[in-house]
Amino acid sequence: MSSETKQILTTDGIPLEVSLKKAEKKNKIKAFLLVAPLLLFLVITYIFPIGDMFMRSVDDRMVTNMLPKTFKAMEKWENLDELPPEEVYRGFYEDYKLLAENQQHGKLGQRLNKEKNGFNTITKKLFRQIKRKKIDESASLKEQINKLHKRWRDVEYWQAIKRTAPPYTASKYLKGMDMYFAADGSIAQVDEDRRIHRILWLRTLEIAFFVTLFCFFMGYPIAHLLATLPMKYSNLLMICVLLPFWTSLLVRTASWMILLQQQGIVNDFFVMIGLVADDNRPEMMYNKVGTYVAMTQILLPFMVLPLYSVMKTISPSLMRAGKSLGGTPFVAFWKVYFPLTIPGIGAGCLLVFILAIGYYITPALVGGASGTLISNQIAFHMKTTLDWSFASAMGLMLLTGVLVIYWIYNKLVGVDNIKLG
Amino acid sequence: MALPSYTETRYRIWHYIYIAICTFVFFFLIAPLFVIFPLSFNAEEFLVFSEGMKNLDPDAFSLRWYKDMIYGTKNPWGLAAKNSFIIAIFATIGSIILGTLAALGLSSRHMPYKGIIMATLISPMIVPLIISGVAIFFFMAKAGLAATHTGIVLAHIILGTPFVVITVTATLSGFDHSVTRAAASLGSNPVNTFMKITLPLILPGVISGGLFAFVTSFDEVVVVLFLAGLENTTIPVQMWTGLREQLSPTILAVATCLILLSTLILVSAELLRRRSERLRGINR
Repeated sequence: MSSETKQILTTDGIPLEVSLKKAEKKNKIKAFLLVAPLLLFLVITYIFPIGDMFMRSVDDRMVTNMLPKTFKAMEKWENLDELPPEEVYRGFYEDYKLLAENQQHGKLGQRLNKEKNGFNTITKKLFRQIKRKKIDESASLKEQINKLHKRWRDVEYWQAIKRTAPPYTASKYLKGMDMYFAADGSIAQVDEDRRIHRILWLRTLEIAFFVTLFCFFMGYPIAHLLATLPMKYSNLLMICVLLPFWTSLLVRTASWMILLQQQGIVNDFFVMIGLVADDNRPEMMYNKVGTYVAMTQILLPFMVLPLYSVMKTISPSLMRAGKSLGGTPFVAFWKVYFPLTIPGIGAGCLLVFILAIGYYITPALVGGASGTLISNQIAFHMKTTLDWSFASAMGLMLLTGVLVIYWIYNKLVGVDNIKLG
Repeated sequence: MALPSYTETRYRIWHYIYIAICTFVFFFLIAPLFVIFPLSFNAEEFLVFSEGMKNLDPDAFSLRWYKDMIYGTKNPWGLAAKNSFIIAIFATIGSIILGTLAALGLSSRHMPYKGIIMATLISPMIVPLIISGVAIFFFMAKAGLAATHTGIVLAHIILGTPFVVITVTATLSGFDHSVTRAAASLGSNPVNTFMKITLPLILPGVISGGLFAFVTSFDEVVVVLFLAGLENTTIPVQMWTGLREQLSPTILAVATCLILLSTLILVSAELLRRRSERLRGINR
């Protein structure tokens, strides 16, 4: 800006630049105020609760608050390979007595039992002794407690209590990856035959990947056909894509359950053409086949629509030019047409992958035992075991994965370029 | 797609393979929906085509499952349908109001932090439903709104607004802002300008976003499963329960009704899209 512009004044005598800036600021506030209601609504009802999920997933303050004196005394416990000093026993006894009076001791026993198996028995034993007033508070508590059960004389149990001291823990995240904090604080692997979560993660990824692949190979040709056919035919065929898109997910899943059952139409057809014997009809539902078939059909429109909207913009003369310059149709397709459709491929694949990775209804209905995915596990912990902190931790692990993909999507296509129908 | 006469044989073969693949995929997409239709008129209880149905014997067809759906004793469908419609209608209204306002703000060129705000507003569409379900459940439980209609409506507004934001922003991208300036210079206040000028022009986008929001709410099951009590059951929840326990022909009758509803929605969405393109002067 040169000095000349500064001299221009509005009718009120205010320099134009100042006046413009003022107007600009006013417009900014106006625009922001329009967005504000939705933004505020989402932040309160959606973004904060996701933060709340994070807090729940790392929160381990229960024991910290239950055993304040124990943990205070444990600060003086120096040699961790030996049993803790008398003060620790006394602190634990006092904390536990208070919990027993408030009927909270059961919770502590269960929580400690999760940390190390066998705690429930020995804390209950201590509870009974306290109730019968068999413990002499003036004598050495260390000796009396140690006499109750041999596990109290095992230093590993005291180490386990000490491990629960920090108010926050990443143990739920480790559990989601079939790992745990070992006695010495290092990270260890769960026994091979108990690694259920890793199988679920891999299966979720595998199903999402293959469903995306199938959707791509089926969606690309029909998107191409829709984009190149004359309008009056393509509009009609578009209904084949849009009607499933608008139809309820459960309706489509139900129709697959009918089609794929052992006496179903698909099996009837296989028997009719002689592919399988009538008495040897293959099981196509309650396994991976069912999951793949149903999910591919359900997610296919999400692949076709972005591909179509990109292909629609490619001029047919480009292919003709490629051919007239001596390329065979295959070369022209591969060198000219295909590269131009890459934005659509990116959009379609990422959209399908993101949707597939969080899928839960269809696999639960047609997938049987092998159709359990990570989302089913989250729902299971939310509703059945009520281990909400673990469900939150797994949810956030899944969310992190999806956000990474979303970020790539944003870089490649931009979120504001999403087209619907 | 007639081939020119000079096409070589191998490309001719390839072309027919391509047509065959496309036919198969279209069949794969649409055929499953048509299986439900005849089976819902089955006179018997089994979910397979009976001999009578294959021979088109009129006795093999009946409306008993539709009667069961409507009049059946202890049937949940009446309550579920009522709840579904109430929830979907309120969720749609909420999504339209919040989403349209936000889209108006977002398409102003003065909007600060446009990228990050847009990403936040769209996020409920991208985040897997199960995670949204858990998060929304935590909020509703704290707010004391779990197992209430209000809670489910709010949850569906969260899930429905991204669609309205996207469709209205798209409509506004071709919007000629000089018409609102013209209105303002002729003395119209902003509210009046919006109601008389902007809204009629962006209405197709608003309604098609609203349709998306309606379908999202009407079809939503994951979040409702977390939030709903016995009183707030919806059609998808009932279908989910029914499909898990036993696939009864009554479900197919309900499914047929839902397919008819989605056909209706598809037709209106298509008509709106064309009208919107005509209004915005896009000719394809």
